[in-house]
Amino acid sequence: MPAVQETIDTVARIDVDQYKYGFETLIEMDVAPKGLNEDTIRLISAKKNEPDWMLEWRLQAFERWKTMESPDWARLDYPAIDFQDIHYYAAPKSMSGPKSLDEVDPEILRTYEKLGIPLKEQEILAGVRRADEPSEFGSDDDSGVPPSEGSYGRRVAVDAVFDSVSVATTFKKELQKAGVIFMPISEAIREYPDLVRQYLGTVVPVSDNFFATMNSAVFTDGSFVYIPPGVRCPMELSTYFRINERNTGQFERTLIIADKGSYVSYLEGCTAPQRDENQLHAAVVELVALDDAEIKYSTVQNWYPGDKDGKGGIYNFVTKRGDCRGANSRISWTQVETGSAITWKYPSCILRGDGSRGEFYSIAVSNGRQQVDSGTKMIHLGKNTSSRIISKGISAGRSNNTYRGQVTANRRAANARNFTQCDSLLIGEECGAHTVPYIEARNATAQFEHEATTSKISEDQLFYCMQRGIPEEEAVALIVNGFVKDVIQQLPMEFAVEAQKLIGVSLEGSVG
Amino acid sequence: MLEIKNLHARVAETGTEILRGIDLKVEAGEVAAIMGPNGSGKSTLSYILAGREDYEVTEGDILFNGESILEMDPAERAASGVFLAFQYPLEIPGVATMTFLKTAVNAQRKARGEAELTTPDFMRRVKTSAADLKIDMDMLKRPLNVGFSGGEKKRAEILQMALLQPTLCVMDETDSGLDIDALKIVSDGVNALRGPERAFLVITHYQRLLDHIVPDTVHVLYKGRIIRSGDKSLALTLENEGYAQIIGEAA
Repeated sequence: MPAVQETIDTVARIDVDQYKYGFETLIEMDVAPKGLNEDTIRLISAKKNEPDWMLEWRLQAFERWKTMESPDWARLDYPAIDFQDIHYYAAPKSMSGPKSLDEVDPEILRTYEKLGIPLKEQEILAGVRRADEPSEFGSDDDSGVPPSEGSYGRRVAVDAVFDSVSVATTFKKELQKAGVIFMPISEAIREYPDLVRQYLGTVVPVSDNFFATMNSAVFTDGSFVYIPPGVRCPMELSTYFRINERNTGQFERTLIIADKGSYVSYLEGCTAPQRDENQLHAAVVELVALDDAEIKYSTVQNWYPGDKDGKGGIYNFVTKRGDCRGANSRISWTQVETGSAITWKYPSCILRGDGSRGEFYSIAVSNGRQQVDSGTKMIHLGKNTSSRIISKGISAGRSNNTYRGQVTANRRAANARNFTQCDSLLIGEECGAHTVPYIEARNATAQFEHEATTSKISEDQLFYCMQRGIPEEEAVALIVNGFVKDVIQQLPMEFAVEAQKLIGVSLEGSVG
Repeated sequence: MLEIKNLHARVAETGTEILRGIDLKVEAGEVAAIMGPNGSGKSTLSYILAGREDYEVTEGDILFNGESILEMDPAERAASGVFLAFQYPLEIPGVATMTFLKTAVNAQRKARGEAELTTPDFMRRVKTSAADLKIDMDMLKRPLNVGFSGGEKKRAEILQMALLQPTLCVMDETDSGLDIDALKIVSDGVNALRGPERAFLVITHYQRLLDHIVPDTVHVLYKGRIIRSGDKSLALTLENEGYAQIIGEAA
């Protein structure tokens, strides 16, 4: 089957060379000594100027963590991680305190520019504004004239996290006018301690799991979002995570609270330099939606995936969970996962409020030697709750891609509804796709549906496309984009195009 | 335009020889029909012309406009003007027919160093061609060939042919699965594309299609060789007498 071989070769050639974010920023860093111990935790807490309660919280988490063991139930194969051989804090030297945008080290600004994330407020995220389209709003003026509804939706406020610190947050002032709090969590701990204390650890408890507990002890930065009652957040919020420093883990913590009747759409992006060593990323994201509130959380994960032999790459162990705490609240997770050597990630929804709804839309692309074990949990607790899971796994090269999902209905969860669709697409002969659904209904009125398919890009389809003049790589991209269309449609429009391109690059080597 | 010289080919995986020395010339403006019983190598010939990699050419050559195309991949052959209307068009889930058409048209233009068509330009062409083939624009919003009826699939093939403007059209049993009305629409579409610059290779089992698309030449393929060539009356002879007579004479 020569054409299949060609596809495999094409795919094999690209996994290393195609990672365009593998560069390193040379900048003076302030790095904590290696090792996870009380001193490290005290140092992080001191660097962040934290109140005592926060340090206590961290230390308790650490005590707990020492009694825990790394989970081994996922379909992932990697050598034991030496947690004492990692730096838990690294920050650019110039970042001794919070800064305004003009004070941020130009080298860092250049880094984000190279990544396509310009941290200038008058600019829109890469690829969104056409060159011929004038920017119709001023930068950060206080003229008091609100931009038109249309222009609002196209801007994105960015919180940029570089290793362990947030280096810049844009549009802060304007968001404040709407009552929206969007800032690094380290700042929120100081400025809004009551709000943080009220919600932190209430969705993902300190003792939740090995990696979440570790994160609770050593988390460094991340974003904090609070949307007041009845407010529709006037723009997309976004956090961009960058791991730069060698031998350093990134442990970010994000907390988003949507108060009654509010709405927010949030996007997270991530990249890291290309290195031979494995780097650890263990994040915790907690979402809380109160009555009638809606949170839409999208991720485009593009951590360095390692080279074709599986050398290097990010180990991504992430706990993401949303709590639909209020009646008729709604949380939706959309993820496009193309990076990381190891992905262990299950963005979940607790459907506590009556009539609440959880959604999970996922595209997981694996290539080379990447291993993905990802999925979701929909825990139906309230009455008339509903959930929807659409998962599209694409495996190429010698990668393994597992969907692991849990749907449960509590005794109280009358009329719980779930629809799950898991589709896997295989490219080549040496990759694997697995689907592991756990379904449990304790209420007789619950209705759960599960559909799963596995398909291959057939020789016939490729030949057909090529016969029409579409080159092979473009044909693969076309077929794959058709396969993931349902999920791409869920992404904020600005990012759908980027995501489509990213999937193309991950799979076929046409550098954008 | 097309010159096939002593073409031998086999299935790459099994080594089974299918074509055993085909010689055939098709001039610009000519409609050549290839007929033959099942298993004679008709579909294989169409795949090899289009560049399918499951077959190996072991001897001979295919010249298109005087140049060998054996080293070109299917996309390159397509861009140079070779079109194959499939007997069983493939489904591409999630890819709207319109998107597919535009991707294909622009990929070919790009390969030839031409500027891509603007959307309004492209839409105008699609609308005109679709109307000729009685294709509803709504059908073009659906994923390519997914859930299309047999007739819709064949009309979509001819629509692609009309938009891509190839110079050599190879049609593999286009009449299979078509009722009389659909056959008429498809044939009219093909006849509208006939012209002095364009050649057709029409592969079919039956005379029926050739009542609508009247060929200039008819060639009978049997066991990987052309055993008889003639004008359109040969097709009628075959219809009346079957293949046995000719095969007997050739043996």
